[in-house]
Amino acid sequence: MTPLNYFVVLSAVLFVIGVAGVLLRRNVIVMFMSIELMLNAVNLAFVAFGRQLGNAEGQVIVFFAITVAAAEAAVGLGIIIAVFRNRMTLNADELKLLRW
Amino acid sequence: MIAVIVFWTLAVITVLSAMITAFSRNIVYSAFALLGSFAGVAGIYLLLGADFLFIIQIFIYIGGILVVTIFAVMLTQGVADMNISNRIVGLIPAALIALLAGAVMLEAILRTPWPHPGTAALNPTTHAIGNAFLGPFLLPFEIASVVLLAALIGAIVISRQAARAEA
Repeated sequence: MTPLNYFVVLSAVLFVIGVAGVLLRRNVIVMFMSIELMLNAVNLAFVAFGRQLGNAEGQVIVFFAITVAAAEAAVGLGIIIAVFRNRMTLNADELKLLRW
Repeated sequence: MIAVIVFWTLAVITVLSAMITAFSRNIVYSAFALLGSFAGVAGIYLLLGADFLFIIQIFIYIGGILVVTIFAVMLTQGVADMNISNRIVGLIPAALIALLAGAVMLEAILRTPWPHPGTAALNPTTHAIGNAFLGPFLLPFEIASVVLLAALIGAIVISRQAARAEA
């Protein structure tokens, strides 16, 4: 059996790539994709720990996380497309409608 | 031994695809590289014995979220301004924060004395998950269905308003 360390380190590496993507990029769709990467990393850690503990509850939590991610994708991409139609831009620096 | 080889293969695929997603200058490459990342994570679920989540990952992430993301990319990006709208800014502070977060997490992971992995056989977990949904997790399960309904209606409403404003 592969040691638990491997999975947790892989999860951390994926999460850091997601963080870097959100911080570096200014296109809201790429930021959205990086958030999905981070969600995947956290789900991976949940499944690894659940396997370690030998029960299915970690996987149940991941199921709920995936549910919320699907809802986020539907609403988030709907908002992105609506904003793009109105403002003709996806640059996060130019989208300051909600900023004081 | 074979499990370790499979793990490394999947890990390399996942991390390389994730890096293309986060750092590629072409947003279409980013969207399609997400496929490799999601599929790699799905394979690792299988390696961990999470058969139900493997299928769920393929159905929802690859079949749903990824397709919707690619639709959004195709609907919003003009081919001409693809590179202009997808540039990298603030490289040094962002890289610093990301590396700091990674260093803290790695330090925590490597210092924690993880218990030795159990030698339990890889049994299918679908049965246990189904029992958990209809037992201790019944309320979150029902709330999840309401959340999905709300998201469905919300997405439709947002898209409709945008269409009306355009017309």
